[in-house]
Amino acid sequence: MSLWRKIRKTGRVAEPAPERPTGEAPPEAAELRGSVQFRHVDAGSCNGCEVEIGSAFGPVHDAERYGARLVASPRHADALLVTGPVTRNMEVPLRRTYEAVPQPRLVIAVGDCARDCGVFAGAYGVAGAVSDVVPVDAEVPGCPPEPEAIVAALRRLTGR
Amino acid sequence: MSGDLMSGLIATVLQVVLVIAGAPLLVGLMRQVRARMEGRAGAGVPQPWRDLRKLLRKEPTEPRDTGWPFRLAPLVLAGTALVVAAVVPLVSTASPLDSAADLFAVTALLALGSVALALGGLDTGTAFGGMGASREVTVLALVEPTILVSVFALSVRAGSTNLGAIVNVTEADPMRVLSPASLLAAVALAVVTIAETGRIPVDNPSTHLELTMIHEAMVLEYSGPDLALIEWASAARLTVLLGLLGSLFLPWGVATAGTGALAVLIGVAAFAVKTAALGVLLAVGEVFMAKLRLFRIPELLAGSFLLALLAVAASFFLAGGA
Repeated sequence: MSLWRKIRKTGRVAEPAPERPTGEAPPEAAELRGSVQFRHVDAGSCNGCEVEIGSAFGPVHDAERYGARLVASPRHADALLVTGPVTRNMEVPLRRTYEAVPQPRLVIAVGDCARDCGVFAGAYGVAGAVSDVVPVDAEVPGCPPEPEAIVAALRRLTGR
Repeated sequence: MSGDLMSGLIATVLQVVLVIAGAPLLVGLMRQVRARMEGRAGAGVPQPWRDLRKLLRKEPTEPRDTGWPFRLAPLVLAGTALVVAAVVPLVSTASPLDSAADLFAVTALLALGSVALALGGLDTGTAFGGMGASREVTVLALVEPTILVSVFALSVRAGSTNLGAIVNVTEADPMRVLSPASLLAAVALAVVTIAETGRIPVDNPSTHLELTMIHEAMVLEYSGPDLALIEWASAARLTVLLGLLGSLFLPWGVATAGTGALAVLIGVAAFAVKTAALGVLLAVGEVFMAKLRLFRIPELLAGSFLLALLAVAASFFLAGGA
């Protein structure tokens, strides 16, 4: 009963949807039309980006309302959400995950580390940025990127 | 007589079309209700249809070293769901397929679909596929007897295991719904419906944690059109089981033999309203509950089996009074 009161009192926490983001969408995204499933791959991140992705799919930003959803298997996914610089241990798993995604497939590099290795550039355990391992279709800058920026990148793919 | 057959035929066709088109919408409605209760905006009721449309256009993949069980599983699952959707008395009890609407046939068809999917999961040879299949079969072994026994409690007074006949008897005498046997059977059947369709507290349909998955773990390797078939079939099974729950325990509005086109229309509306209401009730219940630990699930299902057994006993001992 106390949970029921809490639900009544809290009401809606989701913020009103911002304007649809402008910008070029990758051509493959046109075929998905309002439904994009994401598989998140942590290629060696410090978990800062993970917190922000969790927040983007949380109640406040609610990325699910634009037709984006996180799934448990790359076979169910349309796009990969890759965070962190690609470490030596994650190079092969990332490539295999990419190959397991059925066509048409997309890759979003989330965070500065995924784009250009960030502060980890040149470290001995780092194999390279995400674009050195798999083709990248969209990037989200920031260290860590704000949930709004992640949601905007997701919305460019879902087109909603 | 031919007019009767015509209206029965139309009712059956309408019922199948309604389940095919409505099942993803029911899932969307339940997700939307959950989203609103959690303070989110939600993706909208038609979102599962958008997902299916997209999946149908994706490339099907086949993992290395998989054979015919993996390829056939989605077809068998969807096929059995379609047959069950055609024979179960949801809109009308005067269906031309009435003779197939037998309790044993329907339970066996549902089990056939589940077993086909479990074999498909095993065929991938991955750890999660096998784990999901073993869990699904554990749940299935506890669910099927409960479905049979709880509907037995209702079939005692109808004198037949035909689902249409049971619904007819209940509709002729609605006060029977409040008899102890019927109430016990309703609770037992509601619990196994939740277990069979993989909802909270038995399974979480939106989990990303492989270790807690039951249904999801088996379908991790499917993609594209195969996955679309499986998702549609899961939604259709949920719709049919909720609809059956509605027809057995809230039989108002179900068209019977010898009634005209208007009764069929009322049947369609009643089925849609009842199923949506039960779905919303289930979704609201899920918000208030956490998933049970896997080893507690047999206790829950054993409890529901006990209720079903009590329902059968009650329907025999109280047969004179009721």
